[in-house]
Amino acid sequence: MTDLIQRYGRGLSWLSIGLTAFWLLALVILPYLGLFEQSFRPYLPVDEIGGPNDHYTLHNYMALFSNPQDITLCLPGKDTIPGSPIYLPDLVVNWPIHLYIFILTIVYSSVVTLIVLMLCYPIAYCMAKVMDPRSLPTFFLLLVIPLWVSELMRSFSWYIILSLNGPLSTLLMDLGILSAPVRWTWGLCGYSGIMVGLIYTYVLFMLFPVYNAMTSLDSNQIEAAEDLGAGWIRKHWRVIIPHCKPGIASGSVTVFMLAASSLLVPSLLASPKSRWFTEVIQQWMFESHDWNSGAAYAFLLLVVCTIFVTVMMKLFKVGLSDIAK
Amino acid sequence: MSASVELRSVTMDFGKYRAVDNVSVKINPGEFFSFLGPSGCGKTTILRMVSGFIEPTAGQVLIGDQDMRGIGPNKRPTAMIFQNLALFPLMTVWENISFGLEVRGVDKTTRRAKAEELLKLVELPGVADRFPSQLSGGQRQRVAIARALAVEPQLMLLDEPLSALDLKLRQHMRAELRAIQKRTNVTFIYITHDQGEALAMSDRVAVMSRGQIQQVDVPQKIYNTPANGFVASFVGENNKFTGELTSVSDGAGKFKTDVGEFTVTLGQGVSKESKCRLYVRPEHIGFAGKSKSHVNAIPVTVEDVSFEGNFAVVLMRDKAGRRRSAEVRNDPMNPPPQPGTSTTITFDPDKALVLLDSEAVAYAERD
Repeated sequence: MTDLIQRYGRGLSWLSIGLTAFWLLALVILPYLGLFEQSFRPYLPVDEIGGPNDHYTLHNYMALFSNPQDITLCLPGKDTIPGSPIYLPDLVVNWPIHLYIFILTIVYSSVVTLIVLMLCYPIAYCMAKVMDPRSLPTFFLLLVIPLWVSELMRSFSWYIILSLNGPLSTLLMDLGILSAPVRWTWGLCGYSGIMVGLIYTYVLFMLFPVYNAMTSLDSNQIEAAEDLGAGWIRKHWRVIIPHCKPGIASGSVTVFMLAASSLLVPSLLASPKSRWFTEVIQQWMFESHDWNSGAAYAFLLLVVCTIFVTVMMKLFKVGLSDIAK
Repeated sequence: MSASVELRSVTMDFGKYRAVDNVSVKINPGEFFSFLGPSGCGKTTILRMVSGFIEPTAGQVLIGDQDMRGIGPNKRPTAMIFQNLALFPLMTVWENISFGLEVRGVDKTTRRAKAEELLKLVELPGVADRFPSQLSGGQRQRVAIARALAVEPQLMLLDEPLSALDLKLRQHMRAELRAIQKRTNVTFIYITHDQGEALAMSDRVAVMSRGQIQQVDVPQKIYNTPANGFVASFVGENNKFTGELTSVSDGAGKFKTDVGEFTVTLGQGVSKESKCRLYVRPEHIGFAGKSKSHVNAIPVTVEDVSFEGNFAVVLMRDKAGRRRSAEVRNDPMNPPPQPGTSTTITFDPDKALVLLDSEAVAYAERD
């Protein structure tokens, strides 16, 4: 603090502190507090707000567990994996529909995180330990340029690529690999389009932390492991992955949170079967104009995702301080 | 078990840069062999070719008479001690030591027992459950040695492992390493730029410069009869004289310089036509008090005397203005000449070596 004042003078220091405080308080904390308070009040006509019916209740939160519907669970079978020999009979359950969407969102976000990690780990390893450092700036540029294009544009381009008579189907048909166009967004129980979009959008959020962790690993340690007889699996499992764990954790948390809270990709690359929890929140707020329920759902998403991430970090023995590195 | 190592005309190019140039050497089983040279001379490259991290551009590396081409570092009977030790920071000491055994599928109890046993061998008991970061530099050094020994290598490769330690510890670890080598009888290949280390520890030393081996010999021969000017300059101090051979007969000759003509001994491969210089070590320089009619005498002026305890270094200038130095044993009855006095220095013909002066000399002097 005194250091700050010494360096920039009294005026500039207080100005920057004041602006940061204003930004945090007025633009972040207060709106959240407002929504949080609102989420505990019922959705009422304007003239009843502040009236006898306007009291605190958990009704908005409990809505997640109401409205049970018959849902046909998507299990691996002929419909989901073309040509699969496994055939499981349809399993119909009677679950609250929003809860079901909520669970699917968490599950698919986890799968997206896992796939992104599996894509990024070898790339990060090559960049940090195999590639000629002189070619890295070019490589980085090629990786980052797509990030400069707006998310909307990128999602739309995938929408075009994956569409029924789009470039991908046409190309594969011209090559004789496919005989009829494929609905690319309908696979994986209707979530394949969303998965492709989310992976493409958030892949760099995993790549950079993992790459950073990888560069800080002393190459001599890899060589020492090799020298002591370790094959490549053990080399990665015992030496490289443990070292990169903070980077992997930080990337995974970022990708998971971004995927679970993404709205644009799940709406654009949707299929008739797919629903994302953010879409439900959006419906509450902008279609039903029920901001109270929307806020309650949004907080549920935030809290559950935070708990999920915390549990995962405990499971993989990563501390919060590791991620901050 | 210890293995022999043979390099047959090994060459290593990195792009246009030739790091190792046609090196051939044979290292005997159970030998403590050092590669000594300035940084960039190719000694580390040789070690990395023996360990298998890189494959030579040309030539063969043989370990125990078996050609190692195409055999990865994890399949060679070698264990390396890295310059920065490269201990695994996230594993405990005993896990570090037994990593090589874990790779070989040894069960945990046996691994733990073996780690404890090796910790005793390197005189570091009771630290098995600590992490490397909790140990001192010397302790980490011992853990690295134990980790390498755990895989029972036939060949140990050491890449300047003592350079990170302070002087006292370094000297202690020298003796320690030597003792461990004798106890285990494993072939050691030791890389260093520190001539003291190489001379004190090794059975034989290879002096390297610019990717080539200049001389392979026992430490005494390296110091006393260097093969060329580079070896003489790199190992120990020397008074160097530029000039030319005027007469040559049966390993001896006359060398003419601008401060006089001297009777000298000819080094390896020196003939009248060869480019060469005269080398005289400071400890072989005497002061002409009694024998005034010495064959090799140079009048000088004493500039400075630095007293080191058991010996003193006398710095002088000859009449051509070049600096000369002499090392004299401490003797209260016979003190060295005082600064400012004019005197005459002498040296015996058999201690005055005329050595081949290739490009390597210029290289050593630039360093």
